[in-house]
Parts: sequence; C-alpha cells; structure tokens
Amino acid sequence: MSGRFFAAGADRRIAITIFVLLAVAVIVPLLNLAVSPTSAFYVPSYIVALTGKYLCYALLALSLDLVWGYCGILSLGHGAFFALGGYAMGMYLMRQIGSRGVYGNPILPDFMVFLNYKELPWFWTGFDHFWFAGLMVLAVPGLLAFIFGWFAFRSRVTGVYLSIITQAMTYALLLAFFRNDMGFGGNNGLTDFKDILGFNVQADATRSALFAASAIMLALAVVITWAIVGSKYGKLLMAVRDAESRTRFLGWRAENIKLFAFTVSAVMAGIAGALYVPQVGIINPGEFEPSNSIEVVIWAAVGGRGTIVGPIIGALLVNAGKSWFTGVLPEFWLFALGGLFVAVTLLLPKGIIGMWDSWRGNARALRAASLAEEAGTEVGIASATSKPARSPARNPGEWSWSDPEPQAAE
Amino acid sequence: MSKSNTILYLDGVSVSFDGFRAINNLSLVLDKGEMRAIIGPNGAGKTTMMDIVTGKTRPDEGEVFFDGQVDLTRHDEAEIAMMGIGRKFQKPTVFESHTIEENLMLALKGPRSIFPALFHRQSAAEARQIDDILGIIRLGDKRRELAANLSHGQKQWLEIGMLLAQDPKLLLVDEPVAGMTDAETEETARLLRDIARDHSVIVVEHDMHFVRELGVKVTCLHEGSVLSEGTLDFVSADERVVEVYLGR
Ligand SMILES: Nc1ncnc2c1ncn2[C@@H]1O[C@H](COP(=O)(O)OP(=O)(O)OP(=O)(O)O)[C@@H](O)[C@H]1O
Ligand SMILES: [Mg+2]
Repeated sequence: MSGRFFAAGADRRIAITIFVLLAVAVIVPLLNLAVSPTSAFYVPSYIVALTGKYLCYALLALSLDLVWGYCGILSLGHGAFFALGGYAMGMYLMRQIGSRGVYGNPILPDFMVFLNYKELPWFWTGFDHFWFAGLMVLAVPGLLAFIFGWFAFRSRVTGVYLSIITQAMTYALLLAFFRNDMGFGGNNGLTDFKDILGFNVQADATRSALFAASAIMLALAVVITWAIVGSKYGKLLMAVRDAESRTRFLGWRAENIKLFAFTVSAVMAGIAGALYVPQVGIINPGEFEPSNSIEVVIWAAVGGRGTIVGPIIGALLVNAGKSWFTGVLPEFWLFALGGLFVAVTLLLPKGIIGMWDSWRGNARALRAASLAEEAGTEVGIASATSKPARSPARNPGEWSWSDPEPQAAE
Repeated sequence: MSKSNTILYLDGVSVSFDGFRAINNLSLVLDKGEMRAIIGPNGAGKTTMMDIVTGKTRPDEGEVFFDGQVDLTRHDEAEIAMMGIGRKFQKPTVFESHTIEENLMLALKGPRSIFPALFHRQSAAEARQIDDILGIIRLGDKRRELAANLSHGQKQWLEIGMLLAQDPKLLLVDEPVAGMTDAETEETARLLRDIARDHSVIVVEHDMHFVRELGVKVTCLHEGSVLSEGTLDFVSADERVVEVYLGR
C-alpha cells in the first residue's frame, strides 16, 4: 500500500518538476528581457547565466542518476562525458570566431596559429557546421561510453573496481587534453567565443535563449528518464541493480541492459556539457578533473538518488551553496562539501527526497493512528485485555524473546 | 551410456576451487520428464552442481549435456536460461524493490532484448499467464505488494512462480522448503509434483519428510560425487549414507 502511495507521489513530483522547468524557461527570459532593470521583478543577466549553468549541472546529475540510482553503476567519470560534449560545442564556437581572432587567421583558431599549425587537423573538419557539432555532442560521449561499457560490463567488472576504472578514464582524458599537440588548445582549452548560430554569445537575448534551452533540455531529459525508468526495461535496470545474477538466470543479458543505460546517460551528460560551454564561455581540461566527477556523485547523493527529482534538487542546492560559499569563505568550500557528503551519507542515506518521503510517510501514519485511536478506543482496550498482559521488560532482550513473530531464516 | 533420451547428462565432471575439489568425477543422468531428489550433507557439492549446469561455474573436466545434444560448457548463463533451464536459488532471490506482479512479468517467457523491453505493453495473454501463476503460488491477493515485504516462505513460492513463468524444460530447485511451516512444505511438495507432470525437475533438499512426499528417485551426493542412488528407502538404508548424512 504505502509503496504504491509513494510511487504515485513520486510520479506527481516528477510531473511538477517538468512543469516548473518549462515555466521557468519562459518566465526567466521574460523577466530579464522584457522587464525594466529598475523593476523589482527584473532578473539580472548574471543570474540568468548563473542559473543556466546550474541547470546544466542538474542535467549532468540526472544523467548520473539513471546509471547510479537505477542500475547501481557508481560512475566516477561522468565529468568526462560532460567535458567531451563541451569540447564538441567549443570546437564549433572556435570555428565561428573566423578571422576575428587575435591573429586574424580565417581558418585556424588562435592557439593553432600560436603553435605553428599549418592547417586544420582532420578531426576539426565539419565543426564549422552547427549540425555536425551537435551530432558530435551526442556521438562522441555516446561512443566512448559504449566502447568503455562494452568491455567493462562484458568482463563483469562491478562495484568499486568499476568506479575506479571510470575515474581512471576521466584522468587519462585529463592528461591527454592537457597536451598541446592533441589539437584542443592544451592547458588553456577553448575560449574567446564570439557567436553561436550567428548571435553574440555575450548578448542578453542569447544568454536568455541558452538558459531556456537548458531548462527545456532538462525537462526533456526528465521525460525521457521517466519513460525509461517506467518501462519494462526500467524494471530490468533496477532488477540488475538488486540481483544481477537472478536476471542472468532468467535469460536477460545484464551487460547489455547496463550498456544501454550507460550510453544513454553519457549522451545526456554530453548535452549538458554542450549547453554549459557557451554559457560559461570556456572549456578547458580542468573539466576532466576527477574531483568534478566526484562532485556530481555528491549532488545526486544529497538530493536522493534513484528519484529523478532528487539529483536535480541536489545539483541546484549544492551549486547555489558553492556560489555563496566561494563568495564568503572561499578557502572553506571543499571542507564544507566534504562535510556535507559525510553528513548526508550518515544522516540522510536517501537524500533530501528520501527524508521528505519518510517525513510525509510518518505524518500520514501518525494521522491514521490518531484517527484509529479516536474511532476504536474500546476495541483497543478489548484487544489489550484479551491478550495475556506482558510484564514490563527487565532487559531489552525480553521483548523480542517473547515475540511470537516467526523469524525469517537466512 | 547413451545420451539420447536424457534431459541432463553429466559424466566425469570435476571442479576445484583453489585446489579444493568441490565436485569430484560426478556422473548423473536425468531422463526426460523425470523428477529427482538430491540429498547430501552440507558442502557435498549440490549447489555447485547446479552452478555447473546453469553456466555459472565452468567444470575443469567432464561432459555436461542438455537435452541429449547441447554441450552446456560452451554456453553462458543467459543462453542456458533461454534454452530452457530454470533455477531457484538456495537463498530465495527475488527482485525486492518490485511488486510480485512485476517479478513475474520480468520472468515471463518472451524476447530478451532491450528494445522490445523499452516499448513493451502487457498483452492480455501475458496478463492471463500472470494471473494463472499467481493462483498457483497463492499470492494473488498480494500481487501489488513489494516482494521485499514477503515472508521467507512466500519468497520461495514467488521464485518458484518465476520459474513457472519462464516455462523451462528443466527446473533446478535448490532447497525450496527452507523456512517453511509443515503445511507450506506439504503444499510445496504437491506443487512440485504437479510441475513434474510436464517438466523435468531436480530438487535439492535436506528435509527428509519432504523428500518422501515427492516420492521420486533419490541421489545422495557426498564430497562431490554420487554416494548412493535409488528409492528413498534404498538410499536411507545404505550404510554409507547413514554414516555421512542421516546418522548425524
Ligand atoms: N565459488 C566458490 N569458491 C570457493 N569455494 C566454493 C565455491 N562454491 C562452492 N565452494 C565450496 O564447494 C563446496 C561445495 O559447496 P556447495 O555449496 O555446492 O554445497 P551444498 O551441497 O550445496 O551444501 P549446502 O547443503 O550447505 O547447501 C563447499 O565446501 C563450498 O565452500
Ligand atoms: Mg547448497
């Protein structure tokens, strides 16, 4: 009963989230563009940019939730998929600069001129087209996840070993992208963007549009994740999480079930990165930093994994906290984050959403109990007297000793 | 010996874990349509034998054939399950965060690839099959409850129900009545006898009363090989069986 009630509650919560995201996608740009800066309702441009960035983080956290929350794959490398999507978008934005760079080269981005490149590396071809870059935003993280997952899941690497190799994956990419001869701008990464689709990336209208795109994309990702999780495949995903070998003996290929979720999740993370880069104006190898991926896990844990809404809330809250903290006490942020993670793991193992649910569940049970008490005081007395009266326990063990409930054998 | 009329044929099978021979030159033959009870002391290798048949453990040597011609040592768990071998674990293993109904739905015979599962809509025929199984395992009134809330005995029944949903040719049932009341145990014996009418079944059990209820040929394993085989009366009269198992 209560399981069903919470399921219905969870569905309503997800529907509300989708509605709120779509509403915000319309309202925030309006309040920024159409309202006079002197009005109390005006949303300043820097807030639009900041919250747009948070929405990208929320999408990244949601993508992790699909694999971690629903399939038990604790990826400590999701930042890599995010960064790859970001680089694909960054390459498009670099090509849009054209001859407006410092060196004025119409083909080569500044860093290539500086590093004495004579021509554009082959893997940069096509990135002057938005559609091609968009395709790569999906394909590159998706393909990496597919190949990585193919080997990892087939050889049945699970648990902490899998987490470690995902971490190694993002670290390897970090080192690779730091190299100047990789052709991705090395240490400095890609920056100084001018236009996206012909619009100035710095303009308020463009920022608002990017904000709206992020909110809509997040809403869409919620819809897709919700549909996946609600399907028979989604039930399998959770079955693999809870009893992987059972699914195998039923004839399911657990490795394929994981691989599909992992690939979809990586594509979502890539989209998040692609929306992030034009809003922050830079992508550099720092995005591959292993600690970034670990932060994503913290967001999801704080919000409550396996709930779709939880990781979104976690990402928004933790990042808002981070912005506030780095303004007030910058040197303490990492301690605060670590402390938060420890506190959540110990005190709120199911995150904010889990706490909310159990609080609501308790309130409901209390209300039901008080109603029952009002209605059936006599019944209660009658049943109490019909039972043999228990003497107060002298030690705590006694209650369970006299408990007639059969115990399940393990 | 001819494999032609056998559903399961093990010959000279051995497997070691870190030098310890859990299965030692084991030979065991199950005819098509037969139900067999397997008994034996703890650590005799009963569960390991099932691991070998279902592809979880690869034997170091020996032949394992299904249905007279399929070499099971060349296939993995999912392939073997799809050929028609179903298994109930010693410790009941169901999907605790799913409802009874959903557990059966995931077990139901059908395609096992991702995309059909993504776009799956339950058909009337599937709903009927699930209803039938719920009736057989007596969990109809709990169909929407989470499997985590079931008692130990009910989980055993749900797992048997999942086996039925899979509709295998051969069922391997590891200790189905552990944690059940006497009434439930008798009920389970009746259910397995029913199933055995049109399936081949191997049942591992320690409960002699239950084994007697089944009324089938018994194999006693000890230290990874067959110690004695025959009717229950014959096996329980065997001095070696009394010494290593029944006499304790
Ligand atoms: N994967 C494994 N690694 C190491 N040893 C194993 C493994 N599987 C089984 N064994 C050992 O093999 C022996 C046989 O175990 P098995 O589980 O098959 O016994 P069993 O007959 O099912 O016993 P029980 O009646 O207690 O279930 C035991 O000594 C066990 O410790
Ligand atoms: Mg066993």
